Amino acid sequence: MPDYQLKIRRFDPEAGEPAYWADFSAELPPERSVLDAILQVKDREDASIGIRCSCRAAICGSCGVRINGRSALACNTRIGDAAERGRDGVITIEPMGNMPVLKDLITDMEAVHWKKVRRVVPWLLPAEDPPEGQEYIVPAEAMLDVTQSMACIHCGVCVSACLSLEVDPDFIGPAALAKAYRFVGDPRDGEQEARLKDLAEDPHGIYDCTHCFACIEVCPKDVAPMNQIMRLRRRATNDFAIKDSNNGYGHEKAFLNIIERWGTLHEAQLLPRSFGDGSLVKGQLRPSGARQLTESLPTIVSGLASGKVSPRKALIHPKLPDQKQVRRIVEEIESKDERLELNLYIVGEMAGEDEQPAMAEGGQES
Amino acid sequence: MRLAYWPGCVSRGFTPELHGSVEKVAPLLDLELVELDRANCCGAGVIAEHNQELVDTLNARTFAMAQKVEGAAGMMNICSTCQGAQSECQERLDASGAYRAEVNEHLEPEGLSYRQGGGWWNKNFLWILVEEIGLDTLRERVQRPLEGLRIAPFYGCYIVRPSKRLGFAEHPERDNYLGMVIEALGAEEVEYAGARKCCGFPVITMNRTTSLRQAGRHLADAIDAGADCLVTPCPLCHLNLDLQQPAATKFVERDLGIPVLHLPQMVGLALGVPPKELGMGKHVVSTKDVQRKVAALAAA
Repeated sequence: MPDYQLKIRRFDPEAGEPAYWADFSAELPPERSVLDAILQVKDREDASIGIRCSCRAAICGSCGVRINGRSALACNTRIGDAAERGRDGVITIEPMGNMPVLKDLITDMEAVHWKKVRRVVPWLLPAEDPPEGQEYIVPAEAMLDVTQSMACIHCGVCVSACLSLEVDPDFIGPAALAKAYRFVGDPRDGEQEARLKDLAEDPHGIYDCTHCFACIEVCPKDVAPMNQIMRLRRRATNDFAIKDSNNGYGHEKAFLNIIERWGTLHEAQLLPRSFGDGSLVKGQLRPSGARQLTESLPTIVSGLASGKVSPRKALIHPKLPDQKQVRRIVEEIESKDERLELNLYIVGEMAGEDEQPAMAEGGQES
Repeated sequence: MRLAYWPGCVSRGFTPELHGSVEKVAPLLDLELVELDRANCCGAGVIAEHNQELVDTLNARTFAMAQKVEGAAGMMNICSTCQGAQSECQERLDASGAYRAEVNEHLEPEGLSYRQGGGWWNKNFLWILVEEIGLDTLRERVQRPLEGLRIAPFYGCYIVRPSKRLGFAEHPERDNYLGMVIEALGAEEVEYAGARKCCGFPVITMNRTTSLRQAGRHLADAIDAGADCLVTPCPLCHLNLDLQQPAATKFVERDLGIPVLHLPQMVGLALGVPPKELGMGKHVVSTKDVQRKVAALAAA
């Protein structure tokens, strides 16, 4: 049976000593889990190692750690695979990132994760009372869109991996925002617009996600939190036209307007248009737009000085030869009553030739 | 090898040195590039956020144009963000025939149609270097081994995540390719925390603090690890790491000042292309120290 080398990050808050690495070895078949290895080490070598765990089957979401730097559930990671990814075969195991450590591999989920989840009001705020003597009833299809966000087991692995949280601890974060979509997407909820306005206006809300895919990569349940954040943005801008002070609405509109007009990105106009809800004039005239443009001035100047940007290029952008085709496509799709979305989580990866795309996500208004 | 070539928007916009250096390097690697000059923006994640059917249709249009290029082995892009945004659309288009038919209807007036299968691919220049050209061939073509140069790789999120969508099952080393290319060119790969993290560019207009803290932190980590420069296959990362570098210093409260090369510039230096032809002067953070080191190598 293979012998695996483990390097476990240890920390005892009562010892008054800094965290340190400790070496252990575990003997078990490669298909067993990293959690099995940790538990074997606890059993045979050092019972004082702190790890939170329960189900051992990726259901309870307790054993989130970082294995070779990658956030994951220890029970859901094969020890053989971990050894292959580890430097010289040594598997490093650390507590999750972006949250305080209580002891060894146990992090304080309350201080970060649960606090953020509560921030998004994670319960239904119904539009009206349920029918007399009944529960709220919605057609099953209407709930399909939120099933992905409902699959979350609150393990915190995405919070640990989040690259925005790494630089902005106030970011609401992937898990809580995915939970927010669970209610924004629920047809029974009566506060969808208020929820979206709140999350769009918060400087640490939906527009603080840098689109890095780290949460999608590590989620053990395929919740794809970043995709849920993009759905929140889509609902906020398209369905409710929420013009937020973070330029989220402006950036999306500016980008789309530019592609509709030129076909490729006219970078010089993206910035001023983003600061003006998509409008070039508004972006330069309104005080917040002018202030933000002034902030960007040194960057613009160094761009010009380096020869990256010429005044001519900044002013004139060529249209694509067949720009009218791009414009036609944009108009055709934007004028549809409903947005068409193929969610592979719902229809499956190999949907097959006859699979109908799911018409999800409510309406399309502009 | 003949390839349909999608240069992207930024390589012809704010990073003209990227498009220019690809044109210099391609013939030296026997790449015949047929530029898709009628193709549109990939959406860079923003149109995907706005409307999925729209972004899928716009990229299906590009794929359909690429598939019409006679004798092309596939399509090449030179931007991590184009790679990721287009792979996302291709994944959906390939998954469902009914969906593909809906999308193709919008392309019909132009006489275009995206066909699934047949082994057709869309690969970033980085993937082409390792998987199509091969590191052995690359080594053979090196005129000026970049010995002594310490280079920190910076991949860009879109080309490494999500690994499932980006073909890592078939090519598990795709998140190590930059290091492999750096070493094949004779330079030394610098290991540091930021290589596969986010440059912050997508939120530069929405949260400048988050954006430039990210850029600044990775640059600082690379400097502390002893790098002479960074190299990236993504022009959007380049914008935040190079163009915005002076601004980023304020957000990390320390001096920075490390040049950031585009991948084809680094390859071009090793293949003996003069730095000027690679647009090495068109950087905000001066590349002179790197050029000086390379010049000393050539003299040796």
